[in-house]
Amino acid sequence: MSASLRTTLALAALSLVAVFAALWLGPVALENPFANDEATRTIVFDIRLPRALSAWLAGAALGLSGAALQGLLRNPLADSGVLGLSGFAALGAVIAFAFGFATFAPLMAVLFALGAAIIVTTLGWASRGPASLVLIGVGLSSFAGGLIALALNLAPNPGALSDLVNWTLGSVEGRSMQHVALAATLLAIGAALIFAAARGLQALTLGEESAAAVGANLSSTRALVVLGAAACTGGATAVAGIIGFVGIAAPHLVRALAGHDPARLLLPSAFAGGALLVCADIVVRLLPTDTELKLGVAAALIGGPVFALIAARLASRGGDA
Amino acid sequence: MNSLLSLRSVSVDLGATRALDSVSLTVNAGEIVAILGPNGAGKTSLMRAALGLIGAKGVIALGDADPRTLSARDRALRAAYLPQRPQSIWPVKVAALVALGRFAHGAAPDRLALRDQAAVDAAIEACSLGSLQHRGMDELSGGEKARAHLARALAQHAPLLLLDEPIAGLDPAQALGVAEVLQSHAAAGGGAVFSTHDIAFAAGTAHRVVLMKSGRVIAEGPAIEALTPAALESAYGRPARLERIGDDFAAIFER
Repeated sequence: MSASLRTTLALAALSLVAVFAALWLGPVALENPFANDEATRTIVFDIRLPRALSAWLAGAALGLSGAALQGLLRNPLADSGVLGLSGFAALGAVIAFAFGFATFAPLMAVLFALGAAIIVTTLGWASRGPASLVLIGVGLSSFAGGLIALALNLAPNPGALSDLVNWTLGSVEGRSMQHVALAATLLAIGAALIFAAARGLQALTLGEESAAAVGANLSSTRALVVLGAAACTGGATAVAGIIGFVGIAAPHLVRALAGHDPARLLLPSAFAGGALLVCADIVVRLLPTDTELKLGVAAALIGGPVFALIAARLASRGGDA
Repeated sequence: MNSLLSLRSVSVDLGATRALDSVSLTVNAGEIVAILGPNGAGKTSLMRAALGLIGAKGVIALGDADPRTLSARDRALRAAYLPQRPQSIWPVKVAALVALGRFAHGAAPDRLALRDQAAVDAAIEACSLGSLQHRGMDELSGGEKARAHLARALAQHAPLLLLDEPIAGLDPAQALGVAEVLQSHAAAGGGAVFSTHDIAFAAGTAHRVVLMKSGRVIAEGPAIEALTPAALESAYGRPARLERIGDDFAAIFER
């Protein structure tokens, strides 16, 4: 059994355990989450299961798109959050929510994530170091942040402002099975596109010129990853708001267990991202705070230092431009 | 004779610079051709133009087709290319890197058919990488990395090898190993084009040398005939001569 398959199976098992734990644990203690009384059924199936599945799907989508973007751009610091895809997806959704087109929020999130993915991969394709690519992403994210503030500022319905601000902070609180279906559909589409690019990502290990010389169709690889990452990020952001760093942390953790083959990182990174986000959501639910900590805030608090650590290690190895 | 590569009046412009100026070259099956010339002579541009990797004017035939109209896969089945600075972005295992040479044959590094595995094993053996094949690329010395990338090109099983400075950074024994790899490829009916700054190595390894300067071919033919003192001085700007010593050669530049 290959290291990649072993890691995938272990992370799939961890995901199952995490989702089960998310059904069991919470502010209301349940002795048996599968007890046949109405209160337990409501708590487990109407509240905790959609919440846990939304967290898992958003985490899986971000982990998968992070692994794919890192392979495409040959850069371990790439992910939807750092590169501005999440910010733009949120911008699309905020515009839809703020101007009364909430039905179109997921579509807007996907389209805006796609726009950001096209910009960042076009500008970042030729960048030879992690720093310049991250700077492009920082610029895009800041721009998206400014536009989100502008959209909120101009929103015709000020009553919705607080909801919108809360949503952009990232959370899976109060999600329904409709949200689960939406995230699952977009993850399935994104995954199909990204897995179709897997061999091209392997060839890109050799660098752009050699990848083309061994027979990889780089235009097709790039288009598949850009579309796939946009679908994944759009779905994750439409359902969970802005969640940063999962896309960096998941592939980084998986590399230590499954090796560096970009194609073999995709599936375990999805499982790792899903398990990470479900575990993080359990933690924010169990923290004894008056107001529940937002999942996106928790991810940033944990992920920020992890990001800095990875960047510092890369720089010390001379991996920076 | 079976032509693997043919360039007719090929020119390449890189911005305002003319990198190749009406270059013609033919490489037949069984032939090894060395490209010589000072830095900036156009050696790399010639290889990249031959593969259709950069825009070029003129007639180019890779086997029986223009590489600019071929798919990446069809091009890879005709020619294997080793760039001047080969990369391994992720520190994959040596065997996995070599297996990427089978990409055009439809193989993935961790799922090789018997035919692909045999090609990878043969390339690893030809480049003396047997004991290193399970090591990560980040655990190798510069010379070992260069051999791993050469093995990747060999595993491609393309009739034509285009190798840009394949012995840069190699010790003399390893460089001779590369010469043996090229000679056995040619003996098996393949062809090879390599660029180098080592004139003696080129003269001792190649059937023909092509001496370039400022994007033009200034001399071509068997080394001892083409690399005259006048041609060498014209290319490198210093008095120089090529001397035969038994079966080998020495290039001597005056101080």
